[in-house]
Amino acid sequence: MKLVWQSKWTLWAGLAVAVIAVVLAPLLLNDFRLALLAKYLCYAMVAVGIGLAWGQGGMLTLGQGLFFGLGGYIMAMHMKLADAKGGVPDFMSLYGTGEVPIWWEPFRSPGVTLVAIVAVPALAALILGWAVFTRGVRGAYFAILSQALVYAFALLLVNQQQTTGGTNGLNGFKGFFGLALSDPANKRMLYFIAAGVLVAMVIATRALMRSRFGELLIAVRDQENRVRFLGYDPAWTKVFAYVIAAVFAGIGGALFVPIVGIISPANVGVTPSILFLAGVVIGGRTTLLGPVLGTIGLRFVETQLSETYPAFWTYFQGALFILVICFLPQGMASIGTWLKWLRRRREVTA
Amino acid sequence: MSAAAVERIAHDYLEVRGLVVDFDGFHAVDGVDLTVTKGDLRFLIGPNGAGKTTIIDAITGLTKATGSAVFGVELLGMATHRIVRAGVGRTFQTASVIEDLTVLQNLDIAAGMRRRRLTLLRARKSTPPEVTAALETIGLAEHADKRAGTLAHGQKQWLEIGMLLVQDARLLLLDEPVAGMSAEERQQTGELLQHIAQTRTIVVVEHDMEFLRSFADSVTVLHQGKVIAEGSVAEVQADPKVIEVYLGPSETFAPAAERPPKERPKVTGPSRPVATAPEKFRPPRKITPPTGGADA
Amino acid sequence: MDAAIAQLIAGVSLGSILLLAALGLSLTFGQMGVINNAHGEFMMAGAYTSYCVAQVIPDPTWALWISLPVGFLVGGLLGLVLEVALIQRMRLRPLDTLLATFGVALVLQQLAKDIFGPQPVYAQAPGWLSGPVEILGQSVPATRVFIFFLAIFAVAALYAVLRLTPLGRQIRAAMQNRDLAEASGISTRGVDHVTFFLGSGIAGLAGVAATLMDAISFNLGTGKIVDAFLVVVAGGVGQLKGAIIAAFGLGLLQAGIEYSTSTSLAKVLVFLAVVVFLQVRPQGLVALRTRSLA
Repeated sequence: MKLVWQSKWTLWAGLAVAVIAVVLAPLLLNDFRLALLAKYLCYAMVAVGIGLAWGQGGMLTLGQGLFFGLGGYIMAMHMKLADAKGGVPDFMSLYGTGEVPIWWEPFRSPGVTLVAIVAVPALAALILGWAVFTRGVRGAYFAILSQALVYAFALLLVNQQQTTGGTNGLNGFKGFFGLALSDPANKRMLYFIAAGVLVAMVIATRALMRSRFGELLIAVRDQENRVRFLGYDPAWTKVFAYVIAAVFAGIGGALFVPIVGIISPANVGVTPSILFLAGVVIGGRTTLLGPVLGTIGLRFVETQLSETYPAFWTYFQGALFILVICFLPQGMASIGTWLKWLRRRREVTA
Repeated sequence: MSAAAVERIAHDYLEVRGLVVDFDGFHAVDGVDLTVTKGDLRFLIGPNGAGKTTIIDAITGLTKATGSAVFGVELLGMATHRIVRAGVGRTFQTASVIEDLTVLQNLDIAAGMRRRRLTLLRARKSTPPEVTAALETIGLAEHADKRAGTLAHGQKQWLEIGMLLVQDARLLLLDEPVAGMSAEERQQTGELLQHIAQTRTIVVVEHDMEFLRSFADSVTVLHQGKVIAEGSVAEVQADPKVIEVYLGPSETFAPAAERPPKERPKVTGPSRPVATAPEKFRPPRKITPPTGGADA
Repeated sequence: MDAAIAQLIAGVSLGSILLLAALGLSLTFGQMGVINNAHGEFMMAGAYTSYCVAQVIPDPTWALWISLPVGFLVGGLLGLVLEVALIQRMRLRPLDTLLATFGVALVLQQLAKDIFGPQPVYAQAPGWLSGPVEILGQSVPATRVFIFFLAIFAVAALYAVLRLTPLGRQIRAAMQNRDLAEASGISTRGVDHVTFFLGSGIAGLAGVAATLMDAISFNLGTGKIVDAFLVVVAGGVGQLKGAIIAAFGLGLLQAGIEYSTSTSLAKVLVFLAVVVFLQVRPQGLVALRTRSLA
């Protein structure tokens, strides 16, 4: 199979298209559509990480919602506290004791918040990765554990209504680091931030895949035990990729909050976590740009369909999972291989 | 004596004492003593189930064992990757190279275990000298950029040996390195092994008697997990115990071709007690659309 | 003392619910290495079966007794269709089946929503199951006692099938060595069909049982599947014994923690306990030990 990141041409072409698209989008789209696109970009960040962990590293992570949620809730807590101007966020006086819990306090500081958005998901992934990968837990076991973790996380959020907003989540933000969210110019800036971060992530992932680490990660994916006999502990290779994926998801979640204006358990639970994979599945899990394009494309279709035909959208999504996984395991990247195979077969029969 | 000299001597021999591998009460290896020194191309032979591969598995940490196996340091109880870092390398019956990577990438990864962690994050700019040297030694220089999965069987075996060379293994444990090779390839492999044995300690598990007679310096014969004879090829051949249990009462060494083919799972299978979905699959259907590999 | 007994009973009750949900999964996961994400939706199908039967048969007692076998059949047939149509094509990619069956789960949920509406419905429990039962001085809902016995029955029946029938011998043979079983004339494909039918049937049965406690809704399976997965992982793949011990173990643990904290916190802690446990025994409670080594 041809590995997309190995071709310089594809990268530069892709980057050029991306830059043009990023610059053109605000000119072509109205503010509402632009905010939607910015939201898709946040999902795409999660997808880039999944591509690395699953496509390259073979770790089927069904729990990226955890890291997305950690990043998102940290950002949301900060924004809530900032909105309250040193006081108590509105929903707390509504449902709770009217006191700010102690673990909210650090996020009053913008600096701590920004560090925590990266550090907390990274630490969570480090601990979980260390716990499971060093003991050789992998494959389906890992998938199930990651899913159970995100399930527990969502449950915890729902049940702590006084401090997390419960099912409603955290919403109704007014400002973002001192900028009014009602101002369309600031919304446009958020879009540019998201686009820039996503491009940076793609470039970083590409560098990683071209490095010796990238080769090692593929080796670990295909022949984990063999790699031990080359003198490496495969667990740490996996942990590293997993942590990167978690950080990407965390940043995606953090940007999601000011762009969409809400974070709730519905964004981070079991089902949304698997749906993070949908774009990766369709775009091609082992490609660099596939997850990004697949995610943006799919979410676009979702917006179009789910507003008018919500039931049809669910059927469509289900069918997509079934058919693509079964017949096009490499997503859109499979199509080229399929065509080649069909052509060869026709030549043989002719 | 200088520390370096001690270090060198310590790595001149493998010493196995009282090695026992217990599979739920069945002793696959039952008190094996084995000493192999540098410069001695040692062959391990024995009928199926004699425990040859299990000994290698035990030494490399793939199977739990009791007793002792010293190569500079005590190897039993160490994690596999640490054993490898202590200078022990092995190959497998089923050549297991990383098929999705090129020959060069395979060798480069093998050379990489002593690199500092952070340098892993950089791309390879040029071919490291030890990789170039190994490519020459194993005769795959012209295939350097080929995907390892597309190599012929014999070439994969050579690539594995090459990977051991670049990882600078000082003890090489080779499991049937010439299985499935042509006569010419066997000859080349044998010469390669003799060459390597001058500077490294080598243990070869092999069924091919012709190959053994041509290249072995010494032979250890195993039967039901125990060593029953040890010595030069001629000595072992004349040993009545060996003739009785291994060759049958009135036969000489049986040619390799008459031996039943032996199957053993690949290293990728559930080889250690790890938590992973059981891999019980049916062979692929006859016409399968290409899926592009990487189905993790 | 009373508190301890109350926790014990709550734990055993929770354990039997977990066991019913996980039993079929343990069979299909262990036997075929396939993770069926739609297992929870098969439970949902069983639950709606119970609802439909109750519409036809007004007497709740009769409805329950008829629902149980019919629910089993509905779950089993759904599983059979899934196996034939999808899973057997993906034999070489067990991890991918997890995602493909997620697609199936999405479709089944939406189907249920379209047919029965998004609002939960109820199946009336028979009168003799409505009151509490006195056990060791504790009053326990009769439905929970019923579920406990149903779980025991399901285990016993499955055990009997696996141990005593020629079919069970074939299933176990295919599980231990697929190639050898095939070579000895066992149709492993056929065995897969039957295994999946049985496993999914038990999911349907569990769904019928679930109607005695919960409302029936399209997302009935979503919550249950995660718990069931955890039981299977903790118990060790393909081990009926492991699944039984793990189900009751996790049930007791959950009940114990719940007593002093909250349900959600208990779930989180139980999850962490499973991760820590896998640190000690990565192969689960009851590991298959084989001589087949690399």
